[in-house]
Formats: sequence, structure tokens, C-alpha cells
Amino acid sequence: MQRIGVFICWCGSNIAATVDVERVAEEIKREPGVVFSANYQYMCSENGQQLLKNAIKEYRLTGVVVGSCSPRMHEATFRKAAESAGLNPYMVEIANIREHCSWIHKDREEATKKALVLVRTAIAKVNLNAPLTAGESPVTKRALVIGGGIAGIQAALDIAEAGFAVDIVEKNPTIGGRMAQLDKTFPTLDCSACILTPKMVDCAQSDKIDILTYSEVEDVKGFVGNFKVKIRRKARYVDETKCTGCKLCMENCPSKKGLNEFNMNLNTRPAIYIPFAQAIPNVAVIDPEQCIKLKTGKCGLCQMKCTVGAIDYTMQDKFIERDYGAIVVATGFRPINIDHFNEYGYSENKDVITSLELERLMNAAGPTDGVLLRPSDGKHPKVITFVQCVGSRDLTDCGKPYCSKICCMYTAKHAMLIREKYPDTEVHVFYIDVRCPGKNYDEFYRRACEQYGVDYIKGMVGKIYNENGKLMVQGSNLIENEQVTIASDLVVLATAIEPEPSVRKIATLLTASIDTNNFLTEAHPKLKPVESPTAGVYLAGVCQGPKDIPETVSQASACAAKVIGLLAKDSLKTNPCVAQSDESMCNGCSQCANVCAYGAITYVDKEFRLGGGKTETRRVAYVNPAVCQGCGACTVTCPSGAMDLKGFASKQIMSEVEEICRA
Amino acid sequence: MKICYYPGCTLKTKAKALDRYARLSAAALGVEMEEMENWQCCGAVYPMARDEIATKLSAVRALDYARHNGGKLLTLCSACHNVIKRTNDDMKNDADIRTRTNNYLKLDEVYAGETEVVHYLEMLKNIVGFAEIKKKVVKPVNKKIGAYYGCLLLRPSGVMAFDDPENPTIIEDFIRAIGGTPVNYPFRNECCGAYVSFKNQDLTERRSNMILHSAAEKGAESLVTACPLCLYNLQKNSDHSLPVVYFTELLAEALGVKDD
Repeated sequence: MQRIGVFICWCGSNIAATVDVERVAEEIKREPGVVFSANYQYMCSENGQQLLKNAIKEYRLTGVVVGSCSPRMHEATFRKAAESAGLNPYMVEIANIREHCSWIHKDREEATKKALVLVRTAIAKVNLNAPLTAGESPVTKRALVIGGGIAGIQAALDIAEAGFAVDIVEKNPTIGGRMAQLDKTFPTLDCSACILTPKMVDCAQSDKIDILTYSEVEDVKGFVGNFKVKIRRKARYVDETKCTGCKLCMENCPSKKGLNEFNMNLNTRPAIYIPFAQAIPNVAVIDPEQCIKLKTGKCGLCQMKCTVGAIDYTMQDKFIERDYGAIVVATGFRPINIDHFNEYGYSENKDVITSLELERLMNAAGPTDGVLLRPSDGKHPKVITFVQCVGSRDLTDCGKPYCSKICCMYTAKHAMLIREKYPDTEVHVFYIDVRCPGKNYDEFYRRACEQYGVDYIKGMVGKIYNENGKLMVQGSNLIENEQVTIASDLVVLATAIEPEPSVRKIATLLTASIDTNNFLTEAHPKLKPVESPTAGVYLAGVCQGPKDIPETVSQASACAAKVIGLLAKDSLKTNPCVAQSDESMCNGCSQCANVCAYGAITYVDKEFRLGGGKTETRRVAYVNPAVCQGCGACTVTCPSGAMDLKGFASKQIMSEVEEICRA
Repeated sequence: MKICYYPGCTLKTKAKALDRYARLSAAALGVEMEEMENWQCCGAVYPMARDEIATKLSAVRALDYARHNGGKLLTLCSACHNVIKRTNDDMKNDADIRTRTNNYLKLDEVYAGETEVVHYLEMLKNIVGFAEIKKKVVKPVNKKIGAYYGCLLLRPSGVMAFDDPENPTIIEDFIRAIGGTPVNYPFRNECCGAYVSFKNQDLTERRSNMILHSAAEKGAESLVTACPLCLYNLQKNSDHSLPVVYFTELLAEALGVKDD
């Protein structure tokens, strides 16, 4: 029989306002096995923990139940306290009487009764608990960063700075991401490329960073400290080690109709190309959809012109496998598709463009060499109308319910830059709200209105149509309470952003959870904002939620700090709550291995003594404790009941169920 | 085939043409429109007040009648269609309205949105088929025609599920089927302003003219509509720059059954 101590926490008024904590502590004293019971205002405080430690020593407790908040919150706290008082930490159980009881109920009597049941249930479990000891697993001192945008670049640089090796896997032919496409950055209006490309060069020059562009993560196995990752290196048809980036091939390529993705498809590029001047690596890539040689077998001009023999039309995708201790996901975003927003006529009118297209039109390296010319006829637009929240804060099925966060600021930036460069241009902005919180952000927006004379109109746009070559933007002006129609030459839609769709596959591979909008979920919205719920996986940039460059960089550096903290350890304590097979009952049927998602189960032939000097050899399951994650799938699958989970044995679970049913 | 038909009051007074040509055309297309017995006003303006069921009762009576008479209810007037379809949606998806309406009506069997509400245009498209109509056309219309949808058929788009509210095509397809050339103009799905014609006649007139002028500018010789409200308003509160007719009149003409 265990000697159990019960500690009921008030959590200030969080629990005590709904649950009669004194009554719970008092009634629970009568439970068999309970030798000590107390209630306290904040069990997680120094004093609360001291109370627990003292009781363990004074009453020689062999088990502890804390009735408090969710074990996700403070299980570790109380286990540590118990350990310091000499009790095995796995003899501590939490009865969640806050999230599962006081927060969700109103009736004090009913809630108190339920709290009693929950505490009794935990006692039933502790009665069957056995001391467990954590093992150790080594840490591979190398990090993987998925995505080579500003988030991935910053995380990699910081990790490398601490002396750890790091690989960047980027699906495009160059690193740089969305930031490389931007013209200027708010609120300081510095040139995006000028501040980004030095960081790209730093990555390339670092002896700690290995950049794997045109590559994708194919498979992930293992666990924190010991990930095994399979990476597909897509066939680029150009030998990265030979290509010097001289562009002779680009100049001679006869196929020039490929849409230039970097310029948001506003112009074309050859089939063999380097995405932009400062690309890292500065190495060409062949687009197999456009290459005449790859499609028809006839051509081969680039190979003939290449002075270093870098071109290889027979190149195939290659797979490499590497080990990592930690993974940073930084897969970024894309603007949503707005073809189905028929009210804005984006697909019908060339001069209705997205904000990212405008970035390219204003960029010196863009399709118009930085001169703002409208796509339809190459003329200077004199009246430009911006529409904010296109697909953001949209409760119809067309768009996204969330605020994309960056659009108010970049629209103010665009409006300001246009007024600065082309003062004779009339600029209007339709908005629902202007949201510019952040250092120097609101000042920036006010400058657009007050100093640059941008006409902000509060209201939504209902229709954009072409009338005699003018884009008629029909909207409401809520402040003047009138309908307005603005005859414009160019319309810019501040399009909502969404996570890069490839993140779904990566989330599945990493068993990292994803929300309804495909953003990766952080482990805690406030206190663990860069950790994914999967240990050893961290999140940086827009893949976790809409954010601008300063926030992305901060989050990336925070990720790096977490990764460095992990890689600095030589070994990690493993979770002792792993599966274990009772060999006397196992018949080697293989069902457990079939359901194991982690490949933790293998089979061994073992000799068993049958009595009378006889033996038999049987095939039985063996669980590798370093690989097992304790999910329990095998225990429910096992037809003979041989498989059990330490700390969550079937007997323990059943005793809890029985206790709940008794109530 | 037979289909249970709900005409509505406007079609017995101001919009007799809409109704007459619809019946003649349907007969020519092999559809028997069986006018339901004892129909009442649909409720006219969709009752926005969420705690009001009295205004939904007549629509539910019609829906319940149709449930026992073929399961489909054919509508023609845009306003009736809008009211009946939305009421049907409430009966299907709003437990509170469903319970209270059923409690009040005490029907033999609880009504929970079982009837399918079909607009005449939807019948032409999905039941008869535009290809079939094309075959039966004896007098192709041969004119440039602007489709005028108005708002009631299209919105709220989730419930009405009639067509893409921003870029509808069903009336254009209809115009093509009867041998006409549809003219695409930006205001075909804009509100004509009929709802504010008492309060702000100026605005109504401005909107009507805007619609007519836009269509005329793109080359339309006339407009077709399915809505008695729109037709009245576009004719009455405008500068009459373009003739506006019911789509059923053109259909009857093309099928060679127009009787006037």
C-alpha cells in the first residue's frame, strides 16, 4: 500500500472560486492510502513546493497527487520538487481540477463533486505507479533548417555563430525567399536586397552552413536529438560545383517563354536561368517544362556554350540522408490565389495587380527596370487605387478569416513611394481598418496621409470594371456615407497571405500540428511561441502565423537560441514512459510493429525454459526504449495483452476508469 | 413531366406577362406547370427579424404542399424565389425556427426543408437543358441582349446557390440557347435600387440609368430579367434608354408560342 499525500491548489481564485478546495482536501483524507492532505493558495509557488517537500519527508510519502492545473503546465514543477525531496518523480500524478473542472463549470456543488472524483482517480493511479528512471540518448550536433527565406537564413546564421553545423534545405534554386522579391522595407524604406543579400552571402561563406537549394525534405524519422532526414536533391541539370554563374547559357537559350516566377510572372525568362542577380548559389538551373533539349532531345545549345562543362541533361533526382539534433521549420508564405474574387476583376484586367506584383514593378531589377509602368500598355498610371484586405478578414468562403498583418504597412509604403517618386500621381487607398501597431509604424502610416497626401477612404470595394480603358473602382466611403467610383489607371490589391502549401507535407512528416488555416501550431501561444509541440522542432516566420520582417527575424533568432540550447547538451534524458513487452505472453504476431509509427519494435528469437529441462525458442517483440515515443498504439493493438506502457499500464488506466465510473 | 408551381401575387397583377409566357414556353418544352392550390403571398420581404416566424408561415405552407406534390417547388418571381428558398434554408438549418414554425403550423408531418426550391431558369438549365431548348427554337432571337440578374436571385450566395454572385452566367447561357448574343456589362448583378424607390427616388433613378447606360454602351439592344421588381423599376424610374423584357417573353418568342 502506498503512503499518499494529496495537495489541493486554489490557483488563487481560478479553482477556489468554483471548487470548495477545503472540503476536497478534508474528504480526501478518508481515502485509503492517503496519509496527508492539504490545500494551499498557490501550490506552484516556492512555499507550495516547500509544503510538498516537507510532507514527503515528514510523512514518508511514497506517492503524491496534486489537484491543480493541467499537467502540461506544472507536472514538471511538482515532479522536480518531489525528486529533490527524495521521491521518484514518476510517483507524482496531477489531477487537473482547473481546465477539466473549475474553468468549465459554474455550479460550485457539482464542481466540487467532480474535483473529488478527479482526485480519487489520480489516487487510484498512483496506487499502481512504480518508480521509473529516465534513460539517456545522445544528441546529434547538427541542425536542419527547412526553408531558405529570411527566417531560415537568420536561424542558420545564429546557429552557425554558436559553432554548430547547420543545413538549409530550400525547394527553390536559390535562397532569399520572399524578402528577395521586395523592393523596399517598412518602416525605414531601406532596400530589401541591400539588407538581405549580405546575410545570404554570409550563409554561403560560413564553413558551418551547408546550403542545399532545389531540395526538399522527403522523409523524417527519429526524435529530438536524433532525427534522420531524407532529402531529395532535385535534378538541376547543372553541376553546382562547376557552374560559375557566367550566364552564357542564359544568353544563348532559344526557349525564352518560361514565366519569370521571381518577377511574379510579369515577364519571361530562358529555360536555363539564374533566378536573380544576387542568387545564392549563383548557379543556373534548367526548367524541364521549358527546355527544348529535355522535351524533344534536340537543341543542346547551352551545353555547347558552357565553357566549364557544367551542363548535364541526364541528371536525375538524388537522395541523401543526414542526421540532425534539431529542426527549424521556416517554410514561409505565398499570396493567396485571387482568381475567384470576381468583384475585383483580377483575371480580366491586366492593370489590376497584386501588391507583390507592384513590388516587382517598382524594383530596379524588375521587369520595368524600376519605372512604374502599367502592364497593359506600358504607360505611366496617373491615378492608382489600392484595395486593402483582399481576402483577409474575409468570412465568406473566398478568402481567409485572419488579418494578414503586413498589408496595412506595405500599402502605406507603396502609396508613399509612388507619391515620392511620381508626385503627379493621385493615390487612393480603400481600407476596413488601418492597423499599424509597432515601433515607428503608426508614424509611418500618418506620414503617408499627412505628408504625402495619400487619400485614405474607409470602406470596402464592391466592384472593379473596365470602362473605356479606365478601371472604375466602385466602393463605399463610410465616413462621408456615400458611394464613390474612382476612375483609376492601376489598381493594386493587398492580397492576403497564406502558408506555403508544402508546409502541410512537412507538418505530417514532423508530426507537428497545423491549424485550420495551415499555420503551424506553437507549443504554447504565449510561453512557447517558437517551439512546435513535437520536441526538437522549432518554428520561424510566417509558417507559424502572419508576421513582418522584424518579427520574423526575432523569431528566427529565438529559434536559434532554442536549437543552440539543445545542441549544447551531449545527451538528453529520455522519457521512461515507453512500451515494454511481457515476453512470456508475446506470441510474435507482428501487429505491434505494424502500428508503430516510430519503427521502435523489432523481433528477436528467444529461448524459454518450459520446465523438466525442456526449452522452446519463440519469436518475441523487443521495444527499443530510445526510439519509442510512448504513444501507446502498440498496447491497444496487442491481441494477447503482452504489450504495456510504463507509467500508463492498462491496469493503471482501468483503475482510473473504474474510479470515475464508481462516482 | 409535371412540376408544382408557385406563381406569387405579382404574377397575377403587374407581371402577368412573366407568368403567361412561362406557362406557354414550358408547355412547348414538355413541362407541365401545375399551379398549387390555395397559395398565399410568400411573405414578400424576407423576414430579417430572427424572432419572427409569422412572416415565414405562408412560405412554409407552400413548401409543405410541394413536398407532398412531387417534392419540387417551381418559382418564377425573383422575390418569391428568394423568400421561399431562404425560408426553406431556415427550416433545414435553424433548429429554433424549425421547431417554432412546426409548433405553430401543426402539419401532419414535421417540415424540415425537404422540398427542393427550383427557379424557372434553373429548371431550364438543369431539368430541360439549354441544348434541348436550342433544338426547339423556331425563331432565333438574333439580338444583342444584356442579362440583368439583379440581387435577389444571387444573394445571399451561400443560401441561394444560384450562380457565382460576382460573375453569373446562367442568363447568358439562356440567351445563347434562344439564339441571341449576350452582352457582358459590369452592372448586370448590381442592385437596381427598387428597395429605396419610395425613400430616395433620385438614387433609384441614378442606379437604373447607370445599369441601362452601361448595357447600352456595350452594345445591348435590350435587357432581360426574371424579376418583376427590377423590370418595373428599370422601366418606371429611368430615362427609358433601353427596353427591358421578361426572359420568358423572349423564350416564348423563340419557341414560336408567343400568343399576342
